[in-house]
Amino acid sequence: MRLARVTVFAGHFGSGKTSIAIAYALWAKQQEEHVLLCDLDIMNPYSKMADAADALAKAGIRVIASRFANTNVDAPAMPVEALAVFDDSDITGIIDLGGDNHGALALGRYADFLRNGGDYEMLLVLNQYRPLTRSFSDLYEIKNEIEIASKVGFTGLINNSNLAAETTLQDVIATADFAAKASEKLALPLKMTVLDERLIQSAEAKEMALLAMGELFPMTPYKNKL
Amino acid sequence: MAAKVLMKGNEAVAEGALLAGCRHYFGYPITPQTEIAAYMAKKMPKLGGTFLQAESEVAAINMVIGASAAGVRTMTSSSSPGFALKSEGLSYLAGCDLPAVVVNIQRGGPGLGGIQPSQADYFHATKSAGHGDFHMLVLAPNSVQEMLDFTFDAFDLADKYRVTVAILADGTLGQMMEPVDTTSKILGPPVDKSWALTGTEEKRKPNLVSSLYLMPEELEATVFERYERYKLIETEEQRYERYLTDDADIVVVAYGATSRIAQNAIDAVRKEGIKAGLLRLITLWPFPKKPLHELAQRASVFVAAELSMGQMAGDVELAIRCQKPVITCHRTGGVIITPEELLQKIREAASMQSPAA
Repeated sequence: MRLARVTVFAGHFGSGKTSIAIAYALWAKQQEEHVLLCDLDIMNPYSKMADAADALAKAGIRVIASRFANTNVDAPAMPVEALAVFDDSDITGIIDLGGDNHGALALGRYADFLRNGGDYEMLLVLNQYRPLTRSFSDLYEIKNEIEIASKVGFTGLINNSNLAAETTLQDVIATADFAAKASEKLALPLKMTVLDERLIQSAEAKEMALLAMGELFPMTPYKNKL
Repeated sequence: MAAKVLMKGNEAVAEGALLAGCRHYFGYPITPQTEIAAYMAKKMPKLGGTFLQAESEVAAINMVIGASAAGVRTMTSSSSPGFALKSEGLSYLAGCDLPAVVVNIQRGGPGLGGIQPSQADYFHATKSAGHGDFHMLVLAPNSVQEMLDFTFDAFDLADKYRVTVAILADGTLGQMMEPVDTTSKILGPPVDKSWALTGTEEKRKPNLVSSLYLMPEELEATVFERYERYKLIETEEQRYERYLTDDADIVVVAYGATSRIAQNAIDAVRKEGIKAGLLRLITLWPFPKKPLHELAQRASVFVAAELSMGQMAGDVELAIRCQKPVITCHRTGGVIITPEELLQKIREAASMQSPAA
């Protein structure tokens, strides 16, 4: 997979953007020195990035997040340091946007940096098991709303269809057709299919890569178990 | 493709209501329950229903009164400070004998408090939801699946007894994501609502929905009648789950998200040889007195685990008539009990056990 200077993960809320952004940042760090993971989620006051704080710190990835994340301050707040991602061309930036068009609004502030010849990818994260993104028309609506709000166009699609800890390989394979057709209808290349690391080692997973599912991308879930 | 979907607890509440035929939702955004309103806003128009963001929580509950009086299934939802604002309307709903479903995804209090999960509205939901003599039937889910299932069931219970049914959950359950089967609940036939204000078409006398009575004896009679129904609910609807309680010396009592922490803690202490079990409450009113009364005959110590300063613990003492000691394991203000903290409490309870007499 090509690593752009700036990669933005956007999509429906609860589609898995934060988890993918964390996994992607860890992967990017294996290739680039200065990786910066930026939580631009102005919608959700409960930042899940905290669950992976140890792993990110150990890998030497700098994390930028609202100073009010996981406090009782329930107001949209953008971290001022986020500008570094766009301003400093030595940095490989991974951006986690908030859900839907409301969350995508935050990116509009930096749209010019990306549109003016910036090397970027903006990837639409899809989980077909989320109740409000089960049809092409749902997906089409969300894609358009996010592009209008962020003033940035998508460059690819990510299939992150999963049922959390209950996900089986079959559950993911069952979404391959939808993802492939969505890719065609939205005119966005399917960049990758995300698989929980506990599933990716199997022989079946390797066969899956042949099913035109894009590249398989491993993900380590960071979760509080209740 | 798997039959399940991956949902947030708040979305599951909204979906449960839609499956139950609720087509009139009135609400106002507040963290951590906003996804209920957001989901309704997306889906209601497609189903030909009404999603209305009211000008305030007070307005929303009064719209519920109006919709329910017109005989339709209706719901509102909020979180602690917003839910408290609905108190006046909750009392009017009871006084009018109107079925309704209300949802409180609790956060830390009192006052504006915070946005982290809490169970500190137990008193409000079970004892003092508004002025006057009345109860709400209170259900406490502990998984995203139950957020859907209980909300669905709440509409049936509300219609059956003509009462308000409250879903009392916390921010953890509202925000957490789990796979949910949305096909398990099937809508039954419509319930007779011949009391509703649906227009007489000049074929019958007008119905009246009101909580105002001119003579005190008349008002008293309606309250007496309502309490007969409450007595029936107390007999018929006490709901709970027992986990490893048959041989338990220590019984942990918990509900909602806390009951999941309790289950993990009990599994851990069992490995240390401590005979602990869990009584997980599903209805908070009616309070499950029956199983507690039974368990008090055998168990030595009760541990009330909750995210409040011990609001439920008093009901446990009452239910077992103070026959056995009740100690509490509690955090509040948006802080969650860790399994380790509860483990400590269970060990403490075990050390309190008197030698078998």
